[in-house]
Amino acid sequence: MQGLRGRPIRKGLAILLAVIGFTRPLGATPFIPERDADILERLPTMLGGGSGELRQLRDQLARAPTDAARAVAVAGRYIELGQGQSDPRYYGYAQAALAPWWGLSDPPAEVLFLRAAIRQSRHEFDPALQDLSRLLEKDPRDPRAWLMQAVIFIVRADYQAARQACEALARLRRAFLAFSCMGSVASLVGQARGGYDLLQLAEAQSQNATLGERVRLETLLGKTAERLGDWGRAEGHFQEAQRLSPHDAYLLGAYADFLLDQGRAAEVVALLREETRVDGLLLRLTLAEREIGAPGKDAHIEDLRARFAASRQRGDNLHQGDEARFLLHLLDQPKAALTLAQANWAVQREPRDARILLEAALASAQPEAARPALEMLERTKLEDTALRRLANELQAKR
Amino acid sequence: MPILALLIAWFWSTPAMAHKPSDSYLSFTVRDQVVSGQWDIALRDLDYAIGLDADGDGAITWGELKGRHDAIVAYALGHLRVSSGGQPCATHAEEQLVDRHTDGTYTVLRFSVRCAARVPRLVLHYDLFFDLDAQHRGLWRAEYEGQTQIGIFATDHREHTLALDAPSRLAEFLDYGREGVWHIWIGYDHILFLLSLLLPAVLWRSGGHWVPVPGFRPALTEVVKVVTAFTLAHSVTLSLAVLKVIALPARLVESAIAASVLLAALNNLYPLVTARRWLVAFGFGLVHGLGFASVLLDLGLPRGSLALALLAFNLGVEGGQLAIVTAFLPLAYGARHTVLYARMVFQGGSLAILVLAALWLVERGLDLKLL
Repeated sequence: MQGLRGRPIRKGLAILLAVIGFTRPLGATPFIPERDADILERLPTMLGGGSGELRQLRDQLARAPTDAARAVAVAGRYIELGQGQSDPRYYGYAQAALAPWWGLSDPPAEVLFLRAAIRQSRHEFDPALQDLSRLLEKDPRDPRAWLMQAVIFIVRADYQAARQACEALARLRRAFLAFSCMGSVASLVGQARGGYDLLQLAEAQSQNATLGERVRLETLLGKTAERLGDWGRAEGHFQEAQRLSPHDAYLLGAYADFLLDQGRAAEVVALLREETRVDGLLLRLTLAEREIGAPGKDAHIEDLRARFAASRQRGDNLHQGDEARFLLHLLDQPKAALTLAQANWAVQREPRDARILLEAALASAQPEAARPALEMLERTKLEDTALRRLANELQAKR
Repeated sequence: MPILALLIAWFWSTPAMAHKPSDSYLSFTVRDQVVSGQWDIALRDLDYAIGLDADGDGAITWGELKGRHDAIVAYALGHLRVSSGGQPCATHAEEQLVDRHTDGTYTVLRFSVRCAARVPRLVLHYDLFFDLDAQHRGLWRAEYEGQTQIGIFATDHREHTLALDAPSRLAEFLDYGREGVWHIWIGYDHILFLLSLLLPAVLWRSGGHWVPVPGFRPALTEVVKVVTAFTLAHSVTLSLAVLKVIALPARLVESAIAASVLLAALNNLYPLVTARRWLVAFGFGLVHGLGFASVLLDLGLPRGSLALALLAFNLGVEGGQLAIVTAFLPLAYGARHTVLYARMVFQGGSLAILVLAALWLVERGLDLKLL
């Protein structure tokens, strides 16, 4: 069929959607608002700069689109905004700013770094790693490249490679980054206690760290304490992170998952009530609403359905893990959830990804399907109370 | 480079949480040479591109949006080029509405596209927002002749072709063929006329009486002659009428058809013409062809493929007719010796047809409603 691009699986999905009569995924009936004063849309507020900042950046670029230094500065700011707000549009703006260099096999170092960041954001891990290797060939002392490498390896559960990247950071005497990096890896390979201590060492070195860095570190500490079963300490870290940056999506997602597991759904509703624009947070809000029987649940389920459908129609595969949770817990479709959880597992393998795979395998009574995740648990000795409980249930059924 | 130093820690996690990215939704409906389009574009994207928030308060009101309608038309339609056969088509903006999508409010721009000539392909070239947001996508779908085509515009795929040929020509052909079959099936006057001519095909006029034919062959020959003559005749007038060579008032044609049925049935009861019934079939077939033509003209004919539609409709009529004959002939042949056939089917049937046709004739001739 004309116009469908991308990998076969995407093409397959798109055709499937076309076949089942997928029409306009969103929106109802177009209308004409009644009053001129009706507010149709609120624009996102910028971190730091005012709402005019975006336009300034755009205009700067428009005046000299081939000025590499300016393009890098503008793209960097966009990516920062994108990370702060979990908004993929900014990555798109950054990519557009880098357009003159985007297709080059050997662009300038700063472009390589930003291109890797944008690719990583789209879960295009292989090309991102290629850019990072090339960047490290040019400058083996670039800590950003080592760190981003470590993060990608962690997401893929390649802990050996991640550890090497962390060691490179240590050799560069970047204490804060090295401790954070080592601590993250350790906490996932059966040394959660030691990992927690390393992360605390990093915290002690964080006097020069940025706000964003500290929020991430607190969130990591919270997640590690949670996996260790130390609920009180975990909550302390999540709250501290929230105090530092109340709307950080990564933190809110981790905190909400923690509260949901604690059976504190009402608090999740309070935490996420205003965060419905971020898909992953809307999912957690809706899960909590279902727990307490809140009336907004059904509308939110429909919203989620439309958003996942839109993402698929676009050909993205960024939200398979979340969509699997949606299918399993909100639509009660364990088989479909399992398929997505497996596809997600092929791309990323963090504890959260193992969790949905185990849950879906259990719910659809296909314990064999959970095998890759169980093997990883076995191999890494990952400590995670929730995962261990699920694994035991599955082992009992095999 | 201080900005990049700031970035480092954010990579600590991959962005598992995300908003919906920027998409616009384009849908086309194609009828004849007119392509109508609807384009849903996020207000947020338009604000970034051309500015909608006039007072800079971070909220876009309907008043502010209306004030930018002209600018939106110029910007959006400036980034969508439609051409056919190498000739650009003209786009005209129509009304603008708004719609709430799950990720925010969109402006809904309706427009039409007019191309100079009808060609089998429309080339769509889309480059909205690509200069600003390299991850923007344009999701399009097109409805044409009951078929849906879909696709995705992306930075590296800005051109798509909307096919308006092969599959739809075939679909069109099948559509007209189906109409032809349908019309013979629901057109009782045509069926009854044909039956009136076929009922005596398994009988023989001998010494003022009807007697069964001795073998299958003469019956078949008779049927083939009658059906072929009827077909040839109505094909000729059908074509001439559709090509506007002849035109007669519908009421006259319909009355003549009723009369033809009446006379054919009457001829079975009080035989006047017993040999060369195919001549009767041919003569009245001319009238029936005019009746078919009025149906086809009512359906509306495709300008580009008139001959094809005519052929398809005609083939459909013949196919439907053939099905009736195939069902009728063996039954009639098998029953030809029975009293049931001679009395009930042949005479009774002809009488019933006669009565019905007479009623039709009165109805149609006087424009009354009796049945």
